[in-house]
Amino acid sequence: MTTTLNATVATEAPTQKRSRGRWTGWAFVGPFMFVFSLVFLAPVLYAIYLSLFQDQMVGGTKFVGGANYVQAMTDPQFWDSVRRVAVFLVVQVPIMLGVALAVALAIDSNRLRFASFFRISIFLPYAVPAVVATLMWGFIYGPRFGLVGNLNELFGWAIPDPLSNHWILVAIGNIVTWEFIGYNMLIFYAALKTIPNELYEAASIDGAGAFSVIRNIKIPSIRGAIGIASIFSVIGSFQLFNEPNILKSLAPNAISSFFTPNMYAYNLSFAGQQFNYAAAIAMIMGVLTMIVAYIVQLSGSRKDS
Amino acid sequence: MSLQLSPPKTPTETPMKTSTAPRFSRKPGKGMTHKRKSILLTIVMGFMAVYALLPLFWLFVNSTKTQPELFSSFGLWFSGDFALWDNIGQTLTYNDGEFLRWLANTVLYVVVGAGGATFLATLAGYGLAKFDFPGKRAVFAVVLGAVAIPGTALAVPTFLMFSELGLTNTPWSVIIPSLISPFGLYLVWIYAVEAVPTEVLEAARMDGAGEFRTFFTISLRMLAPGFVTVLLFTVVATWNNYFLPLIMLSESTWYPLTVGLNNWNAQATTAGGDAIYNLVITGSLLTIVPIIIAFLFLQRYWQSGLTAGSVK
Amino acid sequence: MKINHRLRRAVTVLTAGLLVGSLAACGGSSPDGNANAQGVGAEEIATALQTETTLTVWGWAPQLEPIVEAFEEKYPKVKVNLENVGTGNDHYTKVQNAIKAGSGAPDVAQIEYAALPQFALSDALVDLKDYGASNLEANYTASTWGSVNINDGIYALPQDSGPMAMFYRADVFEKHGIDVPETWDEYIAAGKKLHAADPKAYIANDIGDAGFTTSMIWQAGGQPYKIDGPTTVDINLQDEGSKAWTKNWNQLVEGKLLAPVASWSDEWYKGLSDGSIATLIIGAWMPANLESGATDGSGKWRVAPMPTYEAGKPVSAENGGGGDAVLKQSKNKAAAYGFLEFSNGPEGSKIHAANGGFPSTTADLENPEFLNAQSKYFGDQKINEILVQAAKDVVPGWSYLPFQTYANSIFNDTVGQSYGSNSDLNPGLIAWQDASVKYGNQQGFTVTAK
Repeated sequence: MTTTLNATVATEAPTQKRSRGRWTGWAFVGPFMFVFSLVFLAPVLYAIYLSLFQDQMVGGTKFVGGANYVQAMTDPQFWDSVRRVAVFLVVQVPIMLGVALAVALAIDSNRLRFASFFRISIFLPYAVPAVVATLMWGFIYGPRFGLVGNLNELFGWAIPDPLSNHWILVAIGNIVTWEFIGYNMLIFYAALKTIPNELYEAASIDGAGAFSVIRNIKIPSIRGAIGIASIFSVIGSFQLFNEPNILKSLAPNAISSFFTPNMYAYNLSFAGQQFNYAAAIAMIMGVLTMIVAYIVQLSGSRKDS
Repeated sequence: MSLQLSPPKTPTETPMKTSTAPRFSRKPGKGMTHKRKSILLTIVMGFMAVYALLPLFWLFVNSTKTQPELFSSFGLWFSGDFALWDNIGQTLTYNDGEFLRWLANTVLYVVVGAGGATFLATLAGYGLAKFDFPGKRAVFAVVLGAVAIPGTALAVPTFLMFSELGLTNTPWSVIIPSLISPFGLYLVWIYAVEAVPTEVLEAARMDGAGEFRTFFTISLRMLAPGFVTVLLFTVVATWNNYFLPLIMLSESTWYPLTVGLNNWNAQATTAGGDAIYNLVITGSLLTIVPIIIAFLFLQRYWQSGLTAGSVK
Repeated sequence: MKINHRLRRAVTVLTAGLLVGSLAACGGSSPDGNANAQGVGAEEIATALQTETTLTVWGWAPQLEPIVEAFEEKYPKVKVNLENVGTGNDHYTKVQNAIKAGSGAPDVAQIEYAALPQFALSDALVDLKDYGASNLEANYTASTWGSVNINDGIYALPQDSGPMAMFYRADVFEKHGIDVPETWDEYIAAGKKLHAADPKAYIANDIGDAGFTTSMIWQAGGQPYKIDGPTTVDINLQDEGSKAWTKNWNQLVEGKLLAPVASWSDEWYKGLSDGSIATLIIGAWMPANLESGATDGSGKWRVAPMPTYEAGKPVSAENGGGGDAVLKQSKNKAAAYGFLEFSNGPEGSKIHAANGGFPSTTADLENPEFLNAQSKYFGDQKINEILVQAAKDVVPGWSYLPFQTYANSIFNDTVGQSYGSNSDLNPGLIAWQDASVKYGNQQGFTVTAK
């Protein structure tokens, strides 16, 4: 059906895709949006609804309006967790994306031996399930019987305990970086692969050097990929959950139950049965995340101009 | 779906040896440095690889150890009998071979979930990149907005809804949510803008081809690097999907590997439980192997991006 | 067609959700909703077990599998679906979600003593008194029976118990010339001596564990939680017992004499294997875990009574353990209770004990075969003699909070901070108490700090 429709319209206005079948795009986007509504939108709407109630173990459910939101705004534990992920974001995301970009450029440069080996070995950590990753890093971080302990003993070093209060955020940052460098590297690498050859040809005629090609062709061409990776890394940092939550069994004192906003919401919801309040916190985090993502995007597009 | 995707058999797909000609034919103009391999760059990348692989090496080393050896030997080197084969045998047969059942479940979730997610994301991302339609901006905002809301807090609402629909404790409760990859959507979107030139589409329309035919016969091939990247991500994501199945499933017959392995791991923490760390570690190793195979298989399609480029 | 149907279902869900929410809002919860279940006789239960039924049982205890097999053999008409839906909190989350959803809950669920009040008071469990459970009191130890008795109701039948004892490494003690401590003072002295002799060795590991702390306060004679009727709770984590414990344990915490290793981690098992963690003050269910998790410790571990505050006066507490409960959602409550009578009665508990569990049934605990069993792992020591004596020495009168699961989840945010800075545990306990009081009041309980 769409076929005939488009064909006829196409002949009428070949250059104006806007005017042809205004709704054709929905045929492509529709299936995604249908499933999306069921598994994302509906729970979000339901959660917004839930966030207006309070469910007590004694006394049942009652409508409380915006009280949960008011409570969250003045909840020191919540804002403590927000501050922590903000620090995490500012430090970890640039390091991770910078390294990932460098690695992608190196692999794409054709100047690397064993490029395909590097590509898969740096990607592999992403394939490790979180439970296993924590088992492994937990062993490595172990200050008594673990690798850190072994190294300190063997070489007389004094590597501080990665699971102590002071170092725990660094320890988590390291695991996240380890897991996601490969992931972001692949995004950049795949984007580099879509750069049309003509651009390189033009550059070689101009006699541009390798770094000039990177600066003037490669980076600008994959700006979209860098932007989207940044936004999703921002979202990922704000939603930090798996790594600290699993590491908590090894460092329960350094990682509090409100270590990140997501952990806080999770603990309230599952251990505390306060899923109404947890829903309110999730909504506030959603808005905060949107704002920060928007700022990141703005600053990205400002650089372009 | 993958049928349409198979690229023409060109020499470029043959194993990527670093110094063979086909790879260089890709960027003929970049001849000035003429692919002299940089040793410094290789060494720096070598450190990166060590960083990435060291924990995996730990995993391999420890899957060759017996349970007592696990707790009495240095973690980063082999010790005692080489028990890898024995561990693998035990892992596959423990408790009536439940590992294999979980493996089969996981494969089901990956094929339907990741396959479907990639297909939906590609279709939609392409639609967003190449068409203007009412509500397009809203799609962008709504998807990003929903993704920004922490999922763990939505677990209870989602569970209650799925329970109402009678979907909990069925494979659908795992598959349906994994059909959505917002990140995949954006990725295909930005790739499609660059990789599928509008002129090509216009030409196809001039020839009277329908939009979907154009998509399947021409655009999809040009999107291959993006498509394959998204597929790889969704495969890994569904393969390692843990939280959702944990909430949704109550019968171990439907568990994926991650939830099953976690149950094994928890066994050591319960009274009278059988500590089977060696099987947890070996099981984890076995869990990663299929991902490596998928990667090796899929990476040839990045090369197909070259042919896409040459269409122009 | 199907898709259309699903879509409509999806749309109705939201509205349904709204309805359910508002209905619940109007209705409130009626505490006496089980009036009609009053007095189900033995015949009715026997009939139910001879009728074609399927029961769903959720539990993670490894002993459940052989018990279910034996049950199905005895009652071939009843089919039991045993599912391990997770261990501990994962399991409770699923039970809680199913309760909330109004469907999908099992007929029978394993519930630990510490978590039982929460489920009992939220009206999710069947009061087994209506099925004649009161007659079973004599079968169980006083402390486990006390744990399932909540507000004059019986909400589970006990399965395993965890009277505490001291597990210790005889080889390590011998090497450093340390006598087996009988009082806490001796224990602390042993800890100092051991760590001084070998800086890598510790008398115990502890980085803050809610279950351990409450058990230790229990042994010290504390009763920090007092439940006064269904919704009134007093909390006092500064009572005499609590302070006796902190006075004692502070010496180890402040002196950095405890291995900073989380229990149940692989580092922990390592320490138990190589002797760098020299003792465990833990529940009587531990032997099976040591045997499978710390195989290298075989022949080196021994069991002794838990050290005491007063010499020559043995006192113990319960640590962990739990029973099985029937859920209100069950459509086969009589058959479900029949299953409980089997699995947690004489037949089931025998199988339970034979599979590494530590029983709560007096008959099994006094069985000479059980008492005289020599454990090879413990150098042929008759460990059950000591463990059974510990069960008899448990201080009576303890109760947990009706929201202990949540309180435990924030233990490390409060008391854990004292552990983390190797400082006085009392401020941590006070912070824990404050947070618990606040949460309880938010949940509609009347909680007062004493």
